[in-house]
Amino acid sequence: MSSDPPVVSIRDLSTRLGGRWIHRHLDLEIKRGERVALVGDSGSGKTTLLRQMIGLLTPTEGEVRLFGEPLFGGGVARERALRQRFGVLFQQGALFSAFDVFANIAFPLRELKTLDEAVIRDLVMLKLEMVELPAHAAHLMPAQLSGGMIKRVALARALSLEPELLLLDEPTAGLDPDLSEAFERLIRSLCERLGLTVVFVTHDLDTVAALASRVAVLAEQRILAYGAIDEIMRIDHPFVHNFFHSTRGRHAFAAFR
Amino acid sequence: MNPAGFALRRGEDGADEIVLEGAWVLRAIVAAGRPWLVRLQEVAADRNLRWNGLGIEALDSAGAVLLWHLWGRRLPEALLLAPGHRELFARIAGIPKPPGGGREPYAWLVALGLASLSLAWHVRDFIVLLGQLVLDMLHLLRHPSDLPKREISANIYKTGVRAMPVTALVGFLIGVVLSYLSALQLRQLGADMFIVNILGFGIIRELGPLLVAVLVAGRSGSAMTAQLGVMRVTEEIDALVAMGVPRSLRLVFPKVVALAVTVPLLVVWTSGIALAGGMVAANFQLDIGYGFFFDALPKAVPVANLWIGLVKGFAFGVAIALVACHFGLRVLPNTESLSFNTTASVVTAITFVILIDAVFAIVTRTIGMPL
Repeated sequence: MSSDPPVVSIRDLSTRLGGRWIHRHLDLEIKRGERVALVGDSGSGKTTLLRQMIGLLTPTEGEVRLFGEPLFGGGVARERALRQRFGVLFQQGALFSAFDVFANIAFPLRELKTLDEAVIRDLVMLKLEMVELPAHAAHLMPAQLSGGMIKRVALARALSLEPELLLLDEPTAGLDPDLSEAFERLIRSLCERLGLTVVFVTHDLDTVAALASRVAVLAEQRILAYGAIDEIMRIDHPFVHNFFHSTRGRHAFAAFR
Repeated sequence: MNPAGFALRRGEDGADEIVLEGAWVLRAIVAAGRPWLVRLQEVAADRNLRWNGLGIEALDSAGAVLLWHLWGRRLPEALLLAPGHRELFARIAGIPKPPGGGREPYAWLVALGLASLSLAWHVRDFIVLLGQLVLDMLHLLRHPSDLPKREISANIYKTGVRAMPVTALVGFLIGVVLSYLSALQLRQLGADMFIVNILGFGIIRELGPLLVAVLVAGRSGSAMTAQLGVMRVTEEIDALVAMGVPRSLRLVFPKVVALAVTVPLLVVWTSGIALAGGMVAANFQLDIGYGFFFDALPKAVPVANLWIGLVKGFAFGVAIALVACHFGLRVLPNTESLSFNTTASVVTAITFVILIDAVFAIVTRTIGMPL
């Protein structure tokens, strides 16, 4: 524990999908407590990279390590224990549609087969409160939820195993601007309170401005730049220019100028 | 991270004290395991314990809720705790209880009522579906250009042409089995010639249509229900309606027409192959020549039986398609509902088919019998 390994460490990663190189010799290291926005043009492989961090895709070459440990190998128990240390918020929420909200959040806790049902019940209600949902939402089915509520329930489920790392895929996609803002505020306050490390993929400028402590720019098949927003904005590159200095970008990043 | 731990000891003043140490976080609790938790619960049952939590290095909400429950959902009177950790328990004390949960006293009555109502709703929806189909046909009579030709053609190909190999295989094997078993009995009676009657009647009038109906219900009926169900889940049906395309005309009508056409054709095809299978087995077992078989068949089985088989096939096809569409359109946007309705569709379709078959057997009892 003395030398804290980086939470995410990607070394020399290359990905080939559909006969085309998506990433070439990509390196990225994310330290504990960072909130990293992964930005890039559509088709630049942001979501692919996130899926490789989750372990849903294996890179063609290279390796992803979380908390200093490789994602694959070492037996089912080790792989499982590692996956319990991070939570994922999928773009559409990916709630289990056959379960109600309560059962969705309780599911990972019940899978541990350690805690009593009474403890689980209080934990689920605590998570619901954390994501600012009312108690009576517990027995709604996913089909009855609005887009914003789905995201909140999915966040509660991602947080149910007390993760150290939170991976978010387009956390504010499909939300109204004011809902987005409330959700960003929620994620930010939770991260600060729980000391989470966050990696998120987005193309929403406001989300980057509101959430990120650092930005990783994915372009030319590698991490073109990784640093604080004001450092990134000084880089002279067509993507950076388009992203940060467009009319919308100028608005969102006014504070960093 | 140090593992979560606890130790019992006697304090200086003689009171029993439980000392908590290490990280009381979910990961550590899970690592410590269920037996550890049970032991902890046993120790904590003593209400006069003094709790010393100053040694806790990290506490997350799972650890805190666990302790909260050990304490009987209140803070113990004697508790030493770092102030930062104490805050967490204030939050936990305010957790609302999940709503509902209590069992209703007349749950069984409600369940019974719901079951009968659901049956009534099924009947109502089925009648609506049928009525809509009739309206569609009237509409098509006045506007023939609205006939969904491509959908009908695609459905005929999917449910008919693609079903030919499997129905042929099953038909042939059933023909062989039926002929073989009958031959064993007939030879004992010296009534070899009657194999033609048994096969002809059994297959053309009864087995052929039934076999095809069961296969089509399992193959095409389930596919239709699942397809409509997924279209409901993904809001494709809503999109169609929003474009002004009537869903019944475009989705239900072509399926009904397709099965009404293909099932009788499949009946002919399957019955033919089953007869061929029976003929082959009869040739092996009873030395009945193919020429004799062909000769004897029309004499033994009046042609009315073929018509009965065809009409049955038509009725089965319409019933299967209607049942499949009925359940497909009832699918709710979740995975459970999709699987439930697909299963219900197949089971109901086969039940319907057998009911219809029984009705046919009674109604046509005087038709097509040999003189």
